[in-house]
Amino acid sequence: MTAQINVRSVFIAALLTVLALLPVYAALTGNYFLMTLFTRILILAIAATSLNLILGYGGMVSFGHAVYLGIGGYAVGILAKEGITSGFVQWPVALVVSALAALVLGALSLRTRGVYFIMITLAFAQMFYYIAIGLDRYGGDDGLTIYKRSQFGDLINISNKTQFYYLCFALLLGTIYLVWRIVNSRFGMVIQGARSNDRRMHAIGFPTFRYKLICFVIAGTLCGLAGALLANHTDFISPALMHWTRSGDLIVMVVLGGMASLFGPMIGAVALLVLEETLPILIGAVAAPFVGENATQAAEYWQIVLGPLFLMVVLFARGGINGLLAGARRG
Amino acid sequence: MADALLRIEGLTKRFGGVVASDGIMLDVAPGELHAVIGPNGAGKTTLISQLTGQLPPDAGKIQFAGLDITTLPTHRRSALGLARSFQITSLFLDLSVLDNVALAVQAHAGHSFRFWRDARSETQLREPARAALKRAGLEMRADLAAASLSHGEHRQLEIAMALAGKPRMLLLDEPMAGLGPEESARMVELLRALKREHTILLVEHDMEAVFALADRITVLVYGRVIASGAPETIRKDAEVRRAYLGEQDAEAVHV
Repeated sequence: MTAQINVRSVFIAALLTVLALLPVYAALTGNYFLMTLFTRILILAIAATSLNLILGYGGMVSFGHAVYLGIGGYAVGILAKEGITSGFVQWPVALVVSALAALVLGALSLRTRGVYFIMITLAFAQMFYYIAIGLDRYGGDDGLTIYKRSQFGDLINISNKTQFYYLCFALLLGTIYLVWRIVNSRFGMVIQGARSNDRRMHAIGFPTFRYKLICFVIAGTLCGLAGALLANHTDFISPALMHWTRSGDLIVMVVLGGMASLFGPMIGAVALLVLEETLPILIGAVAAPFVGENATQAAEYWQIVLGPLFLMVVLFARGGINGLLAGARRG
Repeated sequence: MADALLRIEGLTKRFGGVVASDGIMLDVAPGELHAVIGPNGAGKTTLISQLTGQLPPDAGKIQFAGLDITTLPTHRRSALGLARSFQITSLFLDLSVLDNVALAVQAHAGHSFRFWRDARSETQLREPARAALKRAGLEMRADLAAASLSHGEHRQLEIAMALAGKPRMLLLDEPMAGLGPEESARMVELLRALKREHTILLVEHDMEAVFALADRITVLVYGRVIASGAPETIRKDAEVRRAYLGEQDAEAVHV
């Protein structure tokens, strides 16, 4: 039993240690690009973890989860543009608006199942995407620069890269902890029961719709927080925040890392974004001896490698990377 | 009977031209084991589905414990104490056996908007679940995934889940379906034990089991009740023999 837990636990502990010490490394080497990249990874890991709550544990395949990244981001951006820079206002607004949006979207889309649910969540996300494009005052298609990050008085200065990194790290850990509590609670049992056999849940006396809806709202709210973080991270918002491909990225992170596993989405976020950064370099290096100067062009096609990788995981490792690590325990 | 726990009056359900339930009248007294038999396509499952609220009847009335439940949704009926086991095994296959039963307990333990405490360590959920598993003879299997149980054990788990909610009445939809002779015998013993403490409506194909267990039997043919009464009466009923049991099967029943 102890040997069984170890491979995965050691990996996760190592990954958390690396994440915790990254700013130290960045300070020592002056490699701040790495810290910027990993701040982004942490934020998207929060979003992926929130998606995992409905997708992995609840079996609700939302193809529009990035919409809350957009709503959270625009809440911060719009308030900043209107001169309200206090984070104590911006962030609660981001969370509340995301929750309300999730309540409405969930109430409408959770009445459908399977492919229809996927399509309706996608459609709603696209709707918000085009609404954002229509917001001329806030940059429309071009987006909006945020000149001042959310202000938290003397509490924390998130313009400081290291402080902001650790805030994101703490919020990611907090999100994972919250999801852990939720999925093992009575509420979580209902959610997992509904994923497993919704009809039976009704037969034994659970009106599952309201539970799924609340789960949907929790996930949307947490993702709205990620949106507020992301806007502060990039100092910029644009409709691209909630483009459907972004929702797809979040699903890829969850599936790649491991659905219905606590740390899977975090692992998936790290894996996907690190691959995104390193694959082009790798391909460039490999291609250089053969095609010479065209190697840079070849590097642009890094997704040709990522695609089959993802396919392999879906086909042969249903539990994602997390599942592979858990499976390694038997080897 | 004025004090029937379940009373069905004129229940009718049509699927296009097919009349699946044709003015069914049926009473189940408290403490009774009432069996519903009938050949394939007699409308037994349709009847159960209307009792649980999964199918709305076209006409007629269903009364449970004096309440008209004809239009109540499934979960409300379940909350009133009407528990059902499924003919086609319908479990939470990816959860553990104990989790399956604990969910059934939880369904009757108030609302589940409790987000923090670990449900798997709550004794008020786990203890009744273990007790129900024990009654169904599955306590040794508690921690396995439900998917890894045998077909017969799935049936037992169905019963355990139905028991978990401390129901006032059990609706058992062909609990013997697909069981081998040995498993069937075990199920008959289990039902015999349950019979003393629960009111049961048993829909079943297995004649031997029905005649061994039932206090009263209702015979359904093409959605219509053609006879209802004690096993002895049913056994001798000419119409039942002709319409349902058939000449050669009639002999078998006498065994």
